[in-house]
Amino acid sequence: MSYIAKPKFHHPNLPRNSLGLTRRDYEGAMSTLCAGCGHDSVSAAIVEACFELNLPAHKLAKMSGIGCSSKTPTYFLSKSHGFNSVHGRMPSVATGANLANNELKYIGVSGDGDTASIGFGQFAHAVRRQVDMLYIVENNGTYGLTKGQFSATNDRVSLGRKGQKNAFDSIDLAAMAIQLGASFVGRGFSGDKEQLVPMIKAALSHKGFAFIDVISPCVTFNNHNGSTKSFEFFRDNERSITATDYIAPREAITAEYEEGSVIDVTLHDSSRVRLRKLDANYDPSDSAAALQHIMKHEELGEVATGLLYLNVEDTELKEKMDMVNVPLNSLGVAELRPDNNKLESINKSLR
Amino acid sequence: MSLEEQTEKKEQRPRAPYMKPTDISDPNYFHKVVDCQWACPAHTPVPEYIRMIAQQKYTEAYMINWESNVFPGVLGRTCDRPCEPACRRGRIEEKPVAICRLKRVAADHRGDIEHLMPDIAQKNGRRVACIGGGPASLTVARDLIPLGYEVVVFDRDSRGGGMMRSQIPAFRLPESVLNEEVDRILNFGAKTHFNHDVKSLKKVLDEDFDAVFVGTGAPKGRDIDIPGRLEVQDNFHIGIDWLMSVAFEHTSKIGKKVIVLGGGNTAMDCCRTAKRLGGEDVKVIVRSPFDEMKASPWEIEDAQNEDIEILNNHVPERFLVENGKLTGIVFQKVKPEYDETGRRKLVPTGDDPVVVACDDVLCAIGQENHFPWIERDIGLEFDEWDMPVVDRTTFQSTNPRVFFGGDAAFGPENIIWAVAHGHQAAISIDQFCQSKDVNERPAPDVTLISQKMGMHEWSYHNDISNEERYAVPHAEKVSALKDIKLEVELGFDERMAFEEAMRCLNCDVQTVFEDVKCIECDACVDICPVDCINFIKNGEETDVRSRLRVPALDDDQSLYVSDTLPTGRIMVKDEDVCLHCGLCAERCPTAAWDMSQFLLKEGQAKNQRQVA
Ligand SMILES: Cc1cc2nc3c(=O)[nH]c(=O)nc-3n(C[C@H](O)[C@H](O)[C@H](O)COP(=O)(O)OP(=O)(O)OC[C@H]3O[C@@H](n4cnc5c(N)ncnc54)[C@H](O)[C@@H]3O)c2cc1C
Ligand SMILES: Cc1ncc(C[n+]2csc(CCOP(=O)(O)OP(=O)(O)O)c2C)c(N)n1
Ligand code: SF4
Ligand code: SF4
Ligand code: SF4
Ligand SMILES: [Mg+2]
Repeated sequence: MSYIAKPKFHHPNLPRNSLGLTRRDYEGAMSTLCAGCGHDSVSAAIVEACFELNLPAHKLAKMSGIGCSSKTPTYFLSKSHGFNSVHGRMPSVATGANLANNELKYIGVSGDGDTASIGFGQFAHAVRRQVDMLYIVENNGTYGLTKGQFSATNDRVSLGRKGQKNAFDSIDLAAMAIQLGASFVGRGFSGDKEQLVPMIKAALSHKGFAFIDVISPCVTFNNHNGSTKSFEFFRDNERSITATDYIAPREAITAEYEEGSVIDVTLHDSSRVRLRKLDANYDPSDSAAALQHIMKHEELGEVATGLLYLNVEDTELKEKMDMVNVPLNSLGVAELRPDNNKLESINKSLR
Repeated sequence: MSLEEQTEKKEQRPRAPYMKPTDISDPNYFHKVVDCQWACPAHTPVPEYIRMIAQQKYTEAYMINWESNVFPGVLGRTCDRPCEPACRRGRIEEKPVAICRLKRVAADHRGDIEHLMPDIAQKNGRRVACIGGGPASLTVARDLIPLGYEVVVFDRDSRGGGMMRSQIPAFRLPESVLNEEVDRILNFGAKTHFNHDVKSLKKVLDEDFDAVFVGTGAPKGRDIDIPGRLEVQDNFHIGIDWLMSVAFEHTSKIGKKVIVLGGGNTAMDCCRTAKRLGGEDVKVIVRSPFDEMKASPWEIEDAQNEDIEILNNHVPERFLVENGKLTGIVFQKVKPEYDETGRRKLVPTGDDPVVVACDDVLCAIGQENHFPWIERDIGLEFDEWDMPVVDRTTFQSTNPRVFFGGDAAFGPENIIWAVAHGHQAAISIDQFCQSKDVNERPAPDVTLISQKMGMHEWSYHNDISNEERYAVPHAEKVSALKDIKLEVELGFDERMAFEEAMRCLNCDVQTVFEDVKCIECDACVDICPVDCINFIKNGEETDVRSRLRVPALDDDQSLYVSDTLPTGRIMVKDEDVCLHCGLCAERCPTAAWDMSQFLLKEGQAKNQRQVA
């Protein structure tokens, strides 16, 4: 952990976005994570994505549970709203917040321990309900904060730092999310922002539950030889299936591609996602096929990455529940208190 | 994977096809990153002395300066400071570190240094003549006397110091400061012949000197040739001659209305001096536009603060004379026009001529070399501009026994260049006297030492100050204008000096990258406050520069490039605005980055001696 604050000076030619802000304006407090922790790179990718999307920080809320990963919202978007809940309980807090105010964008940051163990049930229901949010798991296959116990995403073949064997098979959270009905599912790597940043931008523009499983190595407890969540292992065994380009609303597409090699999907806010298929047979709109693909790679000891599944037809929680489409705190007395006739009819129905 | 395995793997990877890995063992690479030191003609290790000042080690700070630039007290008040426009701080905020005025702090607050002076070796039997007693010659004397040379200094003036004494007014440079630094060198045992005008170089060469150094400066002030010039003798003064007669107390008065012609530093000294000798309405009138005046911005500012008016775009046309007495000057108004190549032409505006009344004129429109005392038949070649042919590295003339330096070598410059020339000439003279090749130059003394003290602890202060540049306090104006010897600048006090010193970015503490240790986790990229660091595909330099997080537009600023990394990419660091904050090294999990202090001391005649 560094003792000095990050200097305020920035590069004189640092680009500014349409709000007149630089990337530096989206940063948070100085990180207290271990030097080299993958989680810090995910924070940097979120900063980059929000900067590029020209998001006003006060229109965003950061939700998290407990863990090194769950600490990271402090380290980005210092001017945004946030809630640091208890271990594994971020999904329910996020669900409540989302229902109360759907004018904010929600970024949930969780860990593999926080999501795949203690918060597994909460996670499942947030997905199933299609809470309108971006849910990122910073997946390092370990409980970093409590000093390196195996987590439920740790692979069966992966060894502990002192050579300990792992008795159980791993949970693939991306596959899980597809199965549970998430409408946007991707997998990225903290060490590859070229892939991760556009995916976060697309996810933040998506309406519904967007899930990104980010392999984010724990340099202190799970980056050794024998770990399958180390920088080196992941780089050697990653297979990217799609490359994602995010195209802002009204932005022109300049690059040209071979027929059939790209799929363009228009998102809710009229921005587009251009998926370049790196695997020709891949169809990211077919959930069963996507699952099969993930499994196939898993059998080969590989990890499928990229935008794995995308469904823009599904509705999100608030629509499903037919709720008012404004923040609840903006409702006045007139909307909240039924008039006499209405009251009469309600009372009547109960008699 | 162990480091050995990583290294082995690296050997097997294809070599970088375009940009080659940076060779940091070349002293020039890191030297260039220390912008101020690189820009200093004498290559003073600036950040090292600034750090000493922050630690209140003024004597050490003074000695670092003294070894490089010989006159820290003088230069801390008068240097042209080429280091400051180069200072990195000026690229990340508005103003550079007050490098020059911190030098003065070292001189003002230092302790005794007599015991730190070099030992004077036994006489080696060699004799060297220095003609002229300015900073160039004094530097030669300082470098050679300790090695055992007998150095004989000739000057037509009554004391040593050259233009530092005869031109720079006492209100900018107190005599006591000058005397101390000049006398220190003379007291090493120089033989002096003051009030001695050398009229023939041949005669000097005929005496048994092993080598002769010519440090006679550029002593001739330029005259102006416009109608009326010959009628105004009494109230027309060549600026540098007039300043000299003021310095030597032959002149103590001037008329009430004074015009100074010219826009350089000499003009600024003339007008401010005139203001102190009775000039009430003093105007500087210059041909060029204000923005293109040659004087340093701070000298212009100081003159304006003393209520001196500057008229620009005025070309003098003729003197006005009434009853044989100067009454004024007629000027034509002009405006600048620029052709496609950017060359400036001053064209008349067509307005009526402007008449400015005056009692005296000080002409400060330039300075020239003048060598009537050098015979043209002694094997010493002169070029088409009547300047001696002098080698830019060795400072040797075409007569191998004669060396030049300072303003005498290539025309008027300033003190720090004179010092830099003096050091180089001293090296050549030392080589020459030992019958060695003068083209063999001593290597600089270079060290690169890790500053790591603990996990996130460094032996330098990496937490950068956000303060803006401190202004040096000035003496109260009314009293300053009354007393020509009252120094205007008061210098920083210790508190201000500390705050100003903390603004320095420690550009000598280098980021050193060891590619085999890097696991490409991106931590350094993410933390760097100024987006210096990149991991990208290799390419041609212009292409690489354009693809950085923030494109590197200034080709003068180096890129630090690594060998190919496991992902096939290279690390590219743009040195341009690095804050040397060390956060990259703090956030690196494998210590692939380290912060190491690079200390470079220029080779001098003495170094060579020690080696031999
Ligand atoms: C008005 C003015 C202000 C200046 N202010 C600054 C300033 O603030 N900062 C700065 O860095 N520079 C300044 N300079 C420039 C600086 O003074 C010179 O560049 C510097 O002194 C040159 O050093 P030098 O050793 O080459 O020669 P000089 O300092 O010129 O010394 C040459 C000496 O040689 C003597 N000499 C010449 N010919 C003979 C001869 N034939 N026989 C015997 N003796 C001879 C002269 O009397 C003189 O003493 C200023 C110059 C002027 C004119
Ligand atoms: C209710 C509860 N149970 C257990 C803990 C202890 N605990 C803190 S963090 C953590 C695991 C965090 O793992 P993960 O979510 O993967 O985060 P990482 O630190 O690896 O980023 C545990 C078990 C707790 N804080 N609260
Ligand atoms: S323990 Fe692991 S996960 Fe936690 S901060 Fe350190 S490297 Fe990151
Ligand atoms: S910041 Fe300090 S070291 Fe860097 S160029 Fe300026 S004075 Fe020199
Ligand atoms: S020292 Fe490192 S982190 Fe600091 S500015 Fe320079 S490259 Fe960036
Ligand atoms: Mg974890």
